[in-house]
Amino acid sequence: MTYQNEGAETTGSTSSFEVNMSTRYKIDTVFKYATWAAVVVAIVVLVVLLVDVAVDGLPRLSWQFLSSMPSRKPEEAGLLSALVGTVWVMILVALICFPIGVGAGIFLEEFSKDTWFSRAIEININNLAGVPSIIYGLLGLQVFVRWLEPVTGGRSILTGAATLALLVLPIVIVATRESLRAVPDSLRQAGFALGATRWQVVREHVFPLALPGILTGTILALSRAIGETAPLITIGALTFISFLPPLDNPIEGVQSPFTVLPIQVYNWVSRPQAEFHTNAAAGIIVLMVVLLAMNATAVILRNKFQKQA
Amino acid sequence: MVAQTTDNATDQAALRAKNVSVYYGSSLAVRDVSLDIPKNQVVAFIGPSGCGKSTILRCFNRMNDLIPAARVDGEITFHGRNLYDRAVDPVQLRRRIGMVFQKPNPFPKSIYENIAFGARINGYKGNMDELVEQSLLKAAIWDEVKDKLKESGLALSGGQQQRLCIARAIAIAPEIILMDEPCSALDPISTLRIEELIHELKQQYTIVIVTHNMQQASRVSDMTAFYNAEATETGNKIGYLVEYDRTQKIFKEPAEQATQDYVSGRFG
Repeated sequence: MTYQNEGAETTGSTSSFEVNMSTRYKIDTVFKYATWAAVVVAIVVLVVLLVDVAVDGLPRLSWQFLSSMPSRKPEEAGLLSALVGTVWVMILVALICFPIGVGAGIFLEEFSKDTWFSRAIEININNLAGVPSIIYGLLGLQVFVRWLEPVTGGRSILTGAATLALLVLPIVIVATRESLRAVPDSLRQAGFALGATRWQVVREHVFPLALPGILTGTILALSRAIGETAPLITIGALTFISFLPPLDNPIEGVQSPFTVLPIQVYNWVSRPQAEFHTNAAAGIIVLMVVLLAMNATAVILRNKFQKQA
Repeated sequence: MVAQTTDNATDQAALRAKNVSVYYGSSLAVRDVSLDIPKNQVVAFIGPSGCGKSTILRCFNRMNDLIPAARVDGEITFHGRNLYDRAVDPVQLRRRIGMVFQKPNPFPKSIYENIAFGARINGYKGNMDELVEQSLLKAAIWDEVKDKLKESGLALSGGQQQRLCIARAIAIAPEIILMDEPCSALDPISTLRIEELIHELKQQYTIVIVTHNMQQASRVSDMTAFYNAEATETGNKIGYLVEYDRTQKIFKEPAEQATQDYVSGRFG
Protein backbone atom coordinates (compact mmCIF):
# COMPACT_ATOMS: atom_id res chain seq x y z
CA MET A 1 0.00 0.00 0.00
CA THR A 2 2.79 2.36 0.92
CA TYR A 3 4.55 1.38 -2.25
CA GLN A 4 1.51 2.24 -4.32
CA ASN A 5 1.12 5.58 -2.60
CA GLU A 6 4.70 6.44 -3.30
CA GLY A 7 4.29 5.35 -6.87
CA ALA A 8 1.24 7.51 -7.21
CA GLU A 9 3.08 10.47 -5.76
CA THR A 10 6.20 10.17 -7.87
CA THR A 11 4.20 10.00 -11.07
CA GLY A 12 1.50 12.24 -9.62
CA SER A 13 1.93 15.16 -11.95
CA THR A 14 1.98 13.11 -15.13
CA SER A 15 -0.45 10.27 -14.23
CA SER A 16 -4.13 10.55 -15.05
CA PHE A 17 -4.97 8.12 -12.21
CA GLU A 18 -5.62 9.21 -8.67
CA VAL A 19 -5.23 5.88 -6.84
CA ASN A 20 -6.04 7.19 -3.36
CA MET A 21 -5.98 3.79 -1.60
CA SER A 22 -6.49 4.97 1.96
CA THR A 23 -9.90 6.55 1.27
CA ARG A 24 -11.04 3.51 -0.69
CA TYR A 25 -10.03 1.16 2.10
CA LYS A 26 -11.80 3.42 4.60
CA ILE A 27 -15.05 3.18 2.65
CA ASP A 28 -14.51 -0.56 2.46
CA THR A 29 -14.26 -0.77 6.24
CA VAL A 30 -17.27 1.47 6.80
CA PHE A 31 -19.45 -0.76 4.67
CA LYS A 32 -18.14 -3.92 6.25
CA TYR A 33 -19.25 -2.70 9.68
CA ALA A 34 -22.53 -1.30 8.37
CA THR A 35 -23.53 -4.68 6.97
CA TRP A 36 -22.24 -6.38 10.11
CA ALA A 37 -24.47 -4.09 12.18
CA ALA A 38 -27.46 -5.12 10.07
CA VAL A 39 -26.77 -8.76 10.88
CA VAL A 40 -26.44 -7.99 14.59
CA VAL A 41 -29.74 -6.12 14.73
CA ALA A 42 -31.55 -8.97 13.00
CA ILE A 43 -30.03 -11.64 15.22
CA VAL A 44 -30.41 -9.72 18.49
CA VAL A 45 -34.11 -9.08 17.94
CA LEU A 46 -34.66 -12.75 17.17
CA VAL A 47 -32.65 -13.93 20.18
CA VAL A 48 -34.50 -11.56 22.53
CA LEU A 49 -37.81 -12.93 21.26
CA LEU A 50 -36.72 -16.54 21.63
CA VAL A 51 -35.25 -16.02 25.11
CA ASP A 52 -38.36 -14.19 26.27
CA VAL A 53 -40.61 -16.99 25.04
CA ALA A 54 -38.33 -19.66 26.49
CA VAL A 55 -38.21 -18.01 29.94
CA ASP A 56 -41.99 -17.74 30.03
CA GLY A 57 -42.85 -21.06 28.47
CA LEU A 58 -40.20 -23.66 29.24
CA PRO A 59 -41.25 -24.27 32.88
CA ARG A 60 -44.79 -24.95 31.67
CA LEU A 61 -43.72 -27.57 29.13
CA SER A 62 -44.48 -31.04 30.40
CA TRP A 63 -45.97 -34.28 29.26
CA GLN A 64 -49.23 -33.21 30.85
CA PHE A 65 -49.22 -30.04 28.71
CA LEU A 66 -48.65 -32.01 25.53
CA SER A 67 -51.15 -34.71 26.27
CA SER A 68 -54.10 -32.75 27.64
CA MET A 69 -57.10 -31.28 25.92
CA PRO A 70 -57.87 -27.56 26.31
CA SER A 71 -59.53 -26.64 29.56
CA ARG A 72 -61.01 -23.66 31.36
CA LYS A 73 -58.45 -24.16 34.13
CA PRO A 74 -55.07 -22.97 32.82
CA GLU A 75 -53.04 -25.45 34.87
CA GLU A 76 -55.00 -28.36 33.41
CA ALA A 77 -55.10 -27.08 29.86
CA GLY A 78 -52.97 -28.68 27.15
CA LEU A 79 -52.62 -28.49 23.44
CA LEU A 80 -52.98 -32.09 22.35
CA SER A 81 -55.88 -31.37 20.00
CA ALA A 82 -54.09 -28.38 18.47
CA LEU A 83 -50.84 -30.32 18.00
CA VAL A 84 -52.64 -33.24 16.40
CA GLY A 85 -54.67 -30.81 14.26
CA THR A 86 -51.49 -29.11 13.05
CA VAL A 87 -49.89 -32.43 12.15
CA TRP A 88 -52.99 -33.57 10.24
CA VAL A 89 -53.30 -30.27 8.40
CA MET A 90 -49.62 -30.06 7.49
CA ILE A 91 -49.52 -33.62 6.12
CA LEU A 92 -52.58 -32.89 4.00
CA VAL A 93 -51.21 -29.54 2.82
CA ALA A 94 -48.01 -31.25 1.71
CA LEU A 95 -49.97 -34.01 -0.04
CA ILE A 96 -52.15 -31.49 -1.87
CA CYS A 97 -49.71 -28.71 -2.72
CA PHE A 98 -46.65 -30.77 -3.69
CA PRO A 99 -48.13 -32.70 -6.64
CA ILE A 100 -50.29 -29.82 -7.86
CA GLY A 101 -47.62 -27.15 -7.42
CA VAL A 102 -44.83 -29.21 -8.94
CA GLY A 103 -47.09 -30.38 -11.75
CA ALA A 104 -48.12 -26.84 -12.60
CA GLY A 105 -44.50 -25.69 -12.43
CA ILE A 106 -43.35 -28.45 -14.78
CA PHE A 107 -46.12 -27.70 -17.23
CA LEU A 108 -45.43 -23.97 -17.30
CA GLU A 109 -41.68 -24.36 -17.56
CA GLU A 110 -41.23 -27.40 -19.77
CA PHE A 111 -44.39 -27.99 -21.78
CA SER A 112 -46.33 -24.79 -22.35
CA LYS A 113 -45.66 -22.68 -25.39
CA ASP A 114 -44.79 -19.04 -24.96
CA THR A 115 -48.18 -17.46 -25.70
CA TRP A 116 -49.90 -14.43 -24.24
CA PHE A 117 -52.03 -16.83 -22.22
CA SER A 118 -49.09 -18.54 -20.54
CA ARG A 119 -47.49 -15.16 -19.86
CA ALA A 120 -50.73 -13.96 -18.27
CA ILE A 121 -50.76 -17.05 -16.05
CA GLU A 122 -47.16 -16.46 -15.09
CA ILE A 123 -47.75 -12.86 -14.00
CA ASN A 124 -50.84 -13.85 -12.06
CA ILE A 125 -49.14 -16.67 -10.19
CA ASN A 126 -46.59 -14.16 -8.94
CA ASN A 127 -49.47 -11.87 -7.96
CA LEU A 128 -51.24 -14.69 -6.14
CA ALA A 129 -48.17 -15.17 -3.95
CA GLY A 130 -48.74 -11.67 -2.63
CA VAL A 131 -52.48 -11.89 -1.91
CA PRO A 132 -53.25 -11.44 1.82
CA SER A 133 -54.02 -14.73 3.48
CA ILE A 134 -57.38 -13.62 4.82
CA ILE A 135 -58.62 -13.47 1.23
CA TYR A 136 -57.79 -17.15 0.87
CA GLY A 137 -59.77 -17.70 4.06
CA LEU A 138 -62.83 -16.10 2.47
CA LEU A 139 -62.31 -18.20 -0.65
CA GLY A 140 -62.04 -21.35 1.46
CA LEU A 141 -65.18 -20.42 3.36
CA GLN A 142 -67.21 -20.11 0.19
CA VAL A 143 -65.75 -22.93 -1.87
CA PHE A 144 -64.72 -25.62 0.60
CA VAL A 145 -67.02 -24.97 3.57
CA ARG A 146 -70.18 -24.17 1.62
CA TRP A 147 -70.08 -25.50 -1.94
CA LEU A 148 -68.02 -28.59 -1.31
CA GLU A 149 -69.49 -29.45 2.07
CA PRO A 150 -70.48 -33.00 1.05
CA VAL A 151 -66.83 -33.71 0.27
CA THR A 152 -65.02 -31.71 2.90
CA GLY A 153 -67.49 -32.07 5.73
CA GLY A 154 -67.71 -28.31 6.28
CA ARG A 155 -65.35 -26.72 8.78
CA SER A 156 -63.01 -29.64 8.71
CA ILE A 157 -59.33 -30.56 8.58
CA LEU A 158 -59.68 -31.12 4.83
CA THR A 159 -61.13 -27.64 4.33
CA GLY A 160 -58.33 -26.07 6.34
CA ALA A 161 -55.66 -28.03 4.49
CA ALA A 162 -57.14 -27.24 1.08
CA THR A 163 -57.31 -23.54 1.94
CA LEU A 164 -53.72 -23.45 3.17
CA ALA A 165 -52.58 -25.49 0.17
CA LEU A 166 -54.11 -22.88 -2.15
CA LEU A 167 -52.39 -20.18 -0.14
CA VAL A 168 -48.91 -21.67 -0.52
CA LEU A 169 -49.37 -23.14 -4.01
CA PRO A 170 -47.85 -20.08 -5.74
CA ILE A 171 -44.71 -20.45 -3.63
CA VAL A 172 -44.31 -24.08 -4.69
CA ILE A 173 -44.99 -23.28 -8.34
CA VAL A 174 -42.51 -20.41 -8.44
CA ALA A 175 -39.82 -22.46 -6.64
CA THR A 176 -40.40 -25.38 -9.03
CA ARG A 177 -40.05 -23.17 -12.07
CA GLU A 178 -36.90 -21.54 -10.79
CA SER A 179 -35.30 -24.90 -10.01
CA LEU A 180 -36.21 -26.23 -13.44
CA ARG A 181 -34.84 -23.11 -15.09
CA ALA A 182 -31.53 -23.62 -13.27
CA VAL A 183 -31.02 -27.00 -14.97
CA PRO A 184 -28.67 -26.39 -17.92
CA ASP A 185 -30.36 -26.53 -21.29
CA SER A 186 -27.51 -28.64 -22.65
CA LEU A 187 -28.91 -31.60 -20.69
CA ARG A 188 -32.32 -31.24 -22.30
CA GLN A 189 -30.68 -31.02 -25.72
CA ALA A 190 -28.62 -34.14 -24.99
CA GLY A 191 -31.82 -36.00 -24.10
CA PHE A 192 -33.74 -34.81 -27.14
CA ALA A 193 -30.83 -35.62 -29.45
CA LEU A 194 -31.07 -39.25 -28.30
CA GLY A 195 -34.68 -39.47 -29.35
CA ALA A 196 -36.29 -38.86 -25.99
CA THR A 197 -39.74 -37.34 -25.68
CA ARG A 198 -40.19 -34.28 -23.56
CA TRP A 199 -41.59 -36.27 -20.67
CA GLN A 200 -38.65 -38.69 -20.78
CA VAL A 201 -36.22 -35.79 -20.71
CA VAL A 202 -38.02 -34.15 -17.80
CA ARG A 203 -38.53 -37.36 -15.87
CA GLU A 204 -35.01 -38.77 -16.23
CA HIS A 205 -32.74 -35.76 -16.38
CA VAL A 206 -34.32 -32.44 -15.54
CA PHE A 207 -36.56 -33.28 -12.60
CA PRO A 208 -33.94 -35.20 -10.53
CA LEU A 209 -31.57 -32.24 -10.78
CA ALA A 210 -34.29 -29.77 -9.87
CA LEU A 211 -35.70 -31.81 -6.99
CA PRO A 212 -33.46 -30.43 -4.21
CA GLY A 213 -34.48 -26.89 -5.13
CA ILE A 214 -38.13 -27.89 -5.38
CA LEU A 215 -37.97 -29.45 -1.91
CA THR A 216 -36.44 -26.27 -0.50
CA GLY A 217 -39.31 -24.28 -1.98
CA THR A 218 -41.81 -26.73 -0.53
CA ILE A 219 -40.25 -26.39 2.93
CA LEU A 220 -40.61 -22.63 2.69
CA ALA A 221 -44.22 -23.04 1.63
CA LEU A 222 -45.04 -25.42 4.50
CA SER A 223 -43.25 -23.16 6.98
CA ARG A 224 -45.54 -20.39 5.89
CA ALA A 225 -48.62 -22.60 6.11
CA ILE A 226 -47.89 -23.88 9.61
CA GLY A 227 -47.96 -20.37 11.08
CA GLU A 228 -51.11 -19.16 9.33
CA THR A 229 -53.99 -18.23 11.61
CA ALA A 230 -56.22 -15.78 9.78
CA PRO A 231 -57.53 -17.99 6.96
CA LEU A 232 -58.27 -20.83 9.37
CA ILE A 233 -60.22 -18.56 11.68
CA THR A 234 -62.13 -17.32 8.66
CA ILE A 235 -63.15 -20.79 7.59
CA GLY A 236 -64.23 -21.42 11.17
CA ALA A 237 -61.63 -23.66 12.76
CA LEU A 238 -62.73 -23.96 16.36
CA THR A 239 -60.68 -22.87 19.32
CA PHE A 240 -62.01 -25.40 21.74
CA ILE A 241 -61.65 -28.97 20.55
CA SER A 242 -61.70 -31.67 23.15
CA PHE A 243 -61.50 -34.74 20.98
CA LEU A 244 -59.13 -36.14 18.34
CA PRO A 245 -60.00 -37.05 14.77
CA PRO A 246 -60.48 -40.83 14.49
CA LEU A 247 -57.37 -42.49 13.09
CA ASP A 248 -59.01 -45.76 12.09
CA ASN A 249 -61.19 -44.03 9.50
CA PRO A 250 -59.12 -41.48 7.56
CA ILE A 251 -62.10 -40.15 5.60
CA GLU A 252 -64.01 -39.40 8.76
CA GLY A 253 -60.73 -38.13 10.21
CA VAL A 254 -60.12 -35.45 7.62
CA GLN A 255 -63.75 -34.38 7.84
CA SER A 256 -63.52 -33.70 11.59
CA PRO A 257 -63.57 -30.23 13.09
CA PHE A 258 -60.12 -29.15 14.23
CA THR A 259 -57.89 -26.51 15.68
CA VAL A 260 -54.21 -25.81 15.10
CA LEU A 261 -51.35 -24.52 17.25
CA PRO A 262 -51.40 -20.87 16.12
CA ILE A 263 -55.13 -20.65 16.81
CA GLN A 264 -54.66 -22.22 20.23
CA VAL A 265 -51.87 -19.76 21.02
CA TYR A 266 -53.99 -16.86 19.77
CA ASN A 267 -56.84 -18.03 21.94
CA TRP A 268 -54.68 -18.29 25.07
CA VAL A 269 -53.02 -14.92 24.52
CA SER A 270 -56.40 -13.23 24.38
CA ARG A 271 -57.44 -14.58 27.80
CA PRO A 272 -57.10 -12.24 30.80
CA GLN A 273 -55.41 -14.74 33.15
CA ALA A 274 -51.60 -14.62 33.25
CA GLU A 275 -51.41 -18.42 33.48
CA PHE A 276 -52.91 -18.70 30.02
CA HIS A 277 -50.21 -16.37 28.72
CA THR A 278 -47.64 -18.84 30.08
CA ASN A 279 -49.51 -21.56 28.20
CA ALA A 280 -49.28 -19.46 25.06
CA ALA A 281 -45.50 -19.14 25.43
CA ALA A 282 -45.21 -22.90 25.87
CA GLY A 283 -47.44 -23.36 22.82
CA ILE A 284 -45.14 -21.14 20.77
CA ILE A 285 -42.19 -23.34 21.77
CA VAL A 286 -44.07 -26.44 20.65
CA LEU A 287 -44.98 -24.76 17.35
CA MET A 288 -41.34 -23.88 16.76
CA VAL A 289 -40.18 -27.40 17.55
CA VAL A 290 -42.70 -28.83 15.06
CA LEU A 291 -41.53 -26.31 12.46
CA LEU A 292 -37.86 -27.16 13.05
CA ALA A 293 -38.57 -30.89 12.90
CA MET A 294 -40.37 -30.40 9.60
CA ASN A 295 -37.54 -28.34 8.16
CA ALA A 296 -34.96 -30.85 9.36
CA THR A 297 -36.83 -33.67 7.63
CA ALA A 298 -36.90 -31.70 4.41
CA VAL A 299 -33.19 -30.83 4.65
CA ILE A 300 -32.34 -34.50 5.16
CA LEU A 301 -34.50 -35.46 2.16
CA ARG A 302 -32.88 -32.77 0.08
CA ASN A 303 -29.35 -33.88 0.94
CA LYS A 304 -30.27 -37.43 0.11
CA PHE A 305 -31.48 -36.45 -3.37
CA GLN A 306 -28.52 -34.15 -3.90
CA LYS A 307 -26.12 -37.01 -3.30
CA GLN A 308 -27.93 -39.17 -5.81
CA ALA A 309 -27.75 -36.55 -8.54
CA MET B 1 -28.11 -50.50 -47.04
CA VAL B 2 -24.62 -49.41 -46.13
CA ALA B 3 -23.12 -52.12 -48.33
CA GLN B 4 -25.11 -51.06 -51.34
CA THR B 5 -22.72 -49.72 -53.95
CA THR B 6 -23.73 -47.72 -56.92
CA ASP B 7 -22.15 -45.01 -58.97
CA ASN B 8 -25.33 -43.08 -59.01
CA ALA B 9 -24.65 -40.08 -56.78
CA THR B 10 -28.33 -39.75 -56.00
CA ASP B 11 -28.42 -42.99 -54.07
CA GLN B 12 -25.27 -42.19 -52.20
CA ALA B 13 -26.65 -39.11 -50.56
CA ALA B 14 -27.51 -39.75 -46.93
CA LEU B 15 -29.10 -36.34 -46.69
CA ARG B 16 -30.08 -33.93 -49.40
CA ALA B 17 -30.84 -30.30 -48.60
CA LYS B 18 -32.65 -28.31 -51.24
CA ASN B 19 -33.21 -24.55 -50.97
CA VAL B 20 -33.21 -24.62 -47.20
CA SER B 21 -33.78 -21.29 -45.47
CA VAL B 22 -34.12 -20.83 -41.73
CA TYR B 23 -35.97 -17.98 -40.04
CA TYR B 24 -35.93 -16.96 -36.41
CA GLY B 25 -39.20 -15.10 -35.97
CA SER B 26 -39.42 -12.82 -38.96
CA SER B 27 -35.69 -12.48 -39.58
CA LEU B 28 -33.90 -14.68 -42.05
CA ALA B 29 -30.88 -16.45 -40.54
CA VAL B 30 -29.66 -18.67 -43.40
CA ARG B 31 -30.85 -18.53 -46.97
CA ASP B 32 -31.15 -21.00 -49.75
CA VAL B 33 -28.74 -23.78 -48.85
CA SER B 34 -28.62 -26.78 -51.17
CA LEU B 35 -26.16 -29.62 -50.69
CA ASP B 36 -25.90 -33.41 -50.61
CA ILE B 37 -24.29 -35.23 -47.72
CA PRO B 38 -22.76 -38.43 -49.20
CA LYS B 39 -23.00 -41.70 -47.31
CA ASN B 40 -20.07 -42.84 -45.19
CA GLN B 41 -18.17 -39.66 -45.67
CA VAL B 42 -17.20 -36.83 -43.40
CA VAL B 43 -18.57 -33.45 -44.39
CA ALA B 44 -17.15 -30.36 -42.71
CA PHE B 45 -19.02 -27.07 -42.40
CA ILE B 46 -16.67 -24.11 -42.06
CA GLY B 47 -17.16 -20.37 -42.05
CA PRO B 48 -17.08 -17.30 -39.82
CA SER B 49 -19.29 -16.96 -36.74
CA GLY B 50 -22.94 -16.27 -37.45
CA CYS B 51 -22.86 -17.74 -40.94
CA GLY B 52 -25.49 -20.33 -40.10
CA LYS B 53 -23.47 -23.53 -40.26
CA SER B 54 -24.71 -24.74 -36.86
CA THR B 55 -28.21 -23.64 -37.75
CA ILE B 56 -28.20 -25.81 -40.87
CA LEU B 57 -26.70 -28.69 -38.89
CA ARG B 58 -29.54 -28.45 -36.39
CA CYS B 59 -32.07 -28.65 -39.19
CA PHE B 60 -30.80 -32.13 -40.03
CA ASN B 61 -32.20 -33.66 -36.84
CA ARG B 62 -34.87 -31.04 -36.29
CA MET B 63 -33.31 -29.70 -33.10
CA ASN B 64 -34.47 -26.29 -34.34
CA ASP B 65 -38.01 -27.44 -33.55
CA LEU B 66 -37.15 -26.84 -29.91
CA ILE B 67 -36.71 -23.13 -30.53
CA PRO B 68 -40.28 -21.83 -30.66
CA ALA B 69 -39.64 -19.00 -33.15
CA ALA B 70 -37.56 -21.04 -35.62
CA ARG B 71 -39.02 -21.88 -39.02
CA VAL B 72 -37.46 -23.93 -41.82
CA ASP B 73 -38.30 -23.53 -45.50
CA GLY B 74 -37.20 -25.82 -48.28
CA GLU B 75 -36.64 -29.53 -48.26
CA ILE B 76 -34.24 -31.93 -46.59
CA THR B 77 -34.53 -35.43 -47.95
CA PHE B 78 -33.63 -38.42 -45.83
CA HIS B 79 -34.47 -41.88 -47.25
CA GLY B 80 -36.57 -40.27 -49.92
CA ARG B 81 -38.69 -38.30 -47.54
CA ASN B 82 -38.72 -34.68 -46.52
CA LEU B 83 -37.63 -34.38 -42.88
CA TYR B 84 -40.11 -31.58 -42.40
CA ASP B 85 -43.01 -33.63 -43.67
CA ARG B 86 -45.96 -33.77 -41.31
CA ALA B 87 -45.65 -37.54 -41.18
CA VAL B 88 -42.06 -37.46 -39.92
CA ASP B 89 -41.81 -37.76 -36.17
CA PRO B 90 -38.88 -35.67 -34.91
CA VAL B 91 -38.42 -37.87 -31.84
CA GLN B 92 -38.04 -40.96 -34.00
CA LEU B 93 -35.86 -39.09 -36.46
CA ARG B 94 -33.37 -38.07 -33.77
CA ARG B 95 -32.63 -41.69 -33.01
CA ARG B 96 -31.48 -42.19 -36.60
CA ILE B 97 -29.61 -38.90 -36.85
CA GLY B 98 -27.56 -38.48 -33.69
CA MET B 99 -25.84 -35.39 -32.39
CA VAL B 100 -22.70 -34.45 -30.47
CA PHE B 101 -22.59 -30.97 -29.00
CA GLN B 102 -20.02 -28.25 -28.67
CA LYS B 103 -19.61 -28.56 -24.92
CA PRO B 104 -19.44 -32.14 -23.64
CA ASN B 105 -22.79 -32.68 -21.93
CA PRO B 106 -22.88 -36.11 -20.30
CA PHE B 107 -25.85 -36.73 -18.02
CA PRO B 108 -24.94 -36.34 -14.35
CA LYS B 109 -25.31 -40.09 -13.94
CA SER B 110 -23.07 -43.11 -14.15
CA ILE B 111 -21.08 -43.80 -17.29
CA TYR B 112 -23.13 -46.94 -17.80
CA GLU B 113 -26.41 -45.07 -17.45
CA ASN B 114 -25.23 -42.40 -19.89
CA ILE B 115 -25.05 -45.06 -22.60
CA ALA B 116 -28.02 -47.12 -21.50
CA PHE B 117 -30.48 -44.22 -21.37
CA GLY B 118 -30.86 -43.75 -25.11
CA ALA B 119 -31.13 -47.47 -25.72
CA ARG B 120 -33.71 -47.94 -22.98
CA ILE B 121 -36.04 -45.15 -24.06
CA ASN B 122 -35.88 -46.40 -27.64
CA GLY B 123 -36.94 -49.86 -26.58
CA TYR B 124 -33.65 -51.71 -27.03
CA LYS B 125 -34.23 -55.42 -26.50
CA GLY B 126 -30.71 -56.84 -26.61
CA ASN B 127 -28.15 -57.29 -23.89
CA MET B 128 -27.56 -53.89 -22.31
CA ASP B 129 -24.13 -54.71 -20.85
CA GLU B 130 -22.93 -55.76 -24.26
CA LEU B 131 -24.30 -52.65 -25.92
CA VAL B 132 -22.59 -50.42 -23.37
CA GLU B 133 -19.28 -52.19 -23.92
CA GLN B 134 -19.59 -52.12 -27.71
CA SER B 135 -20.48 -48.44 -27.79
CA LEU B 136 -17.63 -47.48 -25.48
CA LEU B 137 -15.25 -49.62 -27.55
CA LYS B 138 -16.32 -47.93 -30.77
CA ALA B 139 -15.82 -44.53 -29.18
CA ALA B 140 -12.30 -45.56 -28.12
CA ILE B 141 -12.91 -44.93 -24.47
CA TRP B 142 -13.61 -48.45 -23.16
CA ASP B 143 -10.10 -49.08 -21.83
CA GLU B 144 -10.19 -45.89 -19.80
CA VAL B 145 -13.58 -46.43 -18.19
CA LYS B 146 -14.17 -50.19 -18.07
CA ASP B 147 -13.34 -50.36 -14.36
CA LYS B 148 -15.51 -47.43 -13.36
CA LEU B 149 -18.76 -47.83 -15.24
CA LYS B 150 -20.70 -47.03 -12.09
CA GLU B 151 -18.93 -43.72 -11.56
CA SER B 152 -20.37 -40.41 -12.68
CA GLY B 153 -19.80 -39.36 -16.26
CA LEU B 154 -18.92 -35.92 -14.94
CA ALA B 155 -15.82 -37.31 -13.18
CA LEU B 156 -14.13 -37.80 -16.56
CA SER B 157 -11.87 -35.27 -18.25
CA GLY B 158 -13.31 -33.01 -20.96
CA GLY B 159 -11.97 -35.12 -23.80
CA GLN B 160 -13.21 -38.33 -22.21
CA GLN B 161 -16.61 -36.75 -21.63
CA GLN B 162 -16.84 -35.85 -25.29
CA ARG B 163 -15.96 -39.42 -26.31
CA LEU B 164 -18.57 -40.63 -23.83
CA CYS B 165 -21.07 -38.38 -25.60
CA ILE B 166 -20.04 -39.91 -28.92
CA ALA B 167 -20.45 -43.39 -27.44
CA ARG B 168 -23.88 -42.34 -26.21
CA ALA B 169 -24.82 -41.21 -29.71
CA ILE B 170 -23.53 -44.44 -31.27
CA ALA B 171 -25.39 -46.64 -28.79
CA ILE B 172 -28.74 -46.06 -30.44
CA ALA B 173 -27.38 -47.08 -33.86
CA PRO B 174 -27.85 -43.87 -35.84
CA GLU B 175 -27.10 -43.61 -39.53
CA ILE B 176 -25.78 -40.08 -39.39
CA ILE B 177 -23.88 -38.32 -36.61
CA LEU B 178 -23.98 -34.53 -36.48
CA MET B 179 -21.11 -32.90 -34.60
CA ASP B 180 -21.37 -29.26 -33.63
CA GLU B 181 -17.81 -28.05 -33.00
CA PRO B 182 -17.07 -31.17 -30.95
CA CYS B 183 -13.49 -30.17 -30.14
CA SER B 184 -13.82 -26.46 -29.43
CA ALA B 185 -13.77 -27.03 -25.66
CA LEU B 186 -10.92 -29.56 -25.73
CA ASP B 187 -7.15 -29.45 -25.53
CA PRO B 188 -5.05 -30.42 -28.61
CA ILE B 189 -4.39 -34.00 -27.49
CA SER B 190 -8.04 -34.73 -26.79
CA THR B 191 -8.86 -33.07 -30.10
CA LEU B 192 -6.48 -35.40 -31.90
CA ARG B 193 -8.11 -38.44 -30.31
CA ILE B 194 -11.56 -37.29 -31.41
CA GLU B 195 -10.28 -36.73 -34.93
CA GLU B 196 -8.83 -40.24 -35.05
CA LEU B 197 -12.15 -41.48 -33.80
CA ILE B 198 -14.00 -39.65 -36.58
CA HIS B 199 -11.78 -41.42 -39.11
CA GLU B 200 -12.79 -44.80 -37.72
CA LEU B 201 -16.44 -43.95 -37.36
CA LYS B 202 -16.93 -43.02 -40.98
CA GLN B 203 -16.65 -46.70 -41.94
CA GLN B 204 -20.05 -47.14 -40.38
CA TYR B 205 -21.62 -43.73 -40.13
CA THR B 206 -22.10 -40.59 -42.15
CA ILE B 207 -20.67 -37.63 -40.26
CA VAL B 208 -21.36 -33.92 -40.57
CA ILE B 209 -19.03 -31.78 -38.50
CA VAL B 210 -19.12 -28.04 -37.86
CA THR B 211 -15.72 -26.65 -37.04
CA HIS B 212 -13.95 -23.33 -36.60
CA ASN B 213 -10.62 -25.02 -37.00
CA MET B 214 -9.62 -25.17 -40.64
CA GLN B 215 -6.77 -27.61 -40.07
CA GLN B 216 -9.32 -29.88 -38.48
CA ALA B 217 -11.63 -29.60 -41.47
CA SER B 218 -8.77 -30.43 -43.84
CA ARG B 219 -7.63 -33.35 -41.66
CA VAL B 220 -10.91 -35.11 -41.04
CA SER B 221 -13.27 -34.33 -43.86
CA ASP B 222 -13.85 -35.64 -47.36
CA MET B 223 -16.13 -32.81 -48.36
CA THR B 224 -16.15 -29.23 -47.12
CA ALA B 225 -18.88 -26.62 -47.26
CA PHE B 226 -17.86 -23.02 -46.81
CA TYR B 227 -20.52 -20.66 -45.46
CA ASN B 228 -20.34 -16.92 -45.24
CA ALA B 229 -22.56 -14.20 -43.87
CA GLU B 230 -23.67 -10.88 -45.23
CA ALA B 231 -25.02 -8.07 -43.12
CA THR B 232 -28.39 -6.58 -43.95
CA GLU B 233 -29.30 -2.92 -43.57
CA THR B 234 -30.83 -3.63 -40.16
CA GLY B 235 -27.61 -5.18 -38.90
CA ASN B 236 -28.81 -8.78 -38.98
CA LYS B 237 -26.53 -11.35 -40.50
CA ILE B 238 -27.77 -13.70 -43.14
CA GLY B 239 -25.73 -16.82 -43.77
CA TYR B 240 -25.44 -18.56 -47.10
CA LEU B 241 -23.49 -21.40 -48.67
CA VAL B 242 -20.59 -20.10 -50.73
CA GLU B 243 -18.98 -23.26 -51.99
CA TYR B 244 -19.26 -26.98 -51.45
CA ASP B 245 -16.75 -29.38 -52.91
CA ARG B 246 -14.14 -32.01 -52.12
CA THR B 247 -12.05 -30.86 -49.18
CA GLN B 248 -8.86 -30.93 -51.18
CA LYS B 249 -10.34 -28.66 -53.79
CA ILE B 250 -11.72 -26.21 -51.23
CA PHE B 251 -8.34 -25.86 -49.59
CA LYS B 252 -6.09 -26.02 -52.66
CA GLU B 253 -7.99 -24.45 -55.52
CA PRO B 254 -11.38 -23.09 -54.46
CA ALA B 255 -13.63 -21.65 -57.13
CA GLU B 256 -14.61 -18.58 -55.14
CA GLN B 257 -12.34 -15.76 -54.03
CA ALA B 258 -14.13 -15.58 -50.64
CA THR B 259 -13.31 -19.20 -49.95
CA GLN B 260 -9.70 -18.63 -50.94
CA ASP B 261 -9.46 -15.69 -48.56
CA TYR B 262 -11.04 -17.60 -45.71
CA VAL B 263 -9.06 -20.84 -45.92
CA SER B 264 -5.80 -18.94 -46.29
CA GLY B 265 -6.66 -16.93 -43.18
CA ARG B 266 -6.92 -13.57 -44.90
CA PHE B 267 -10.29 -12.76 -43.36
CA GLY B 268 -12.83 -14.12 -40.92
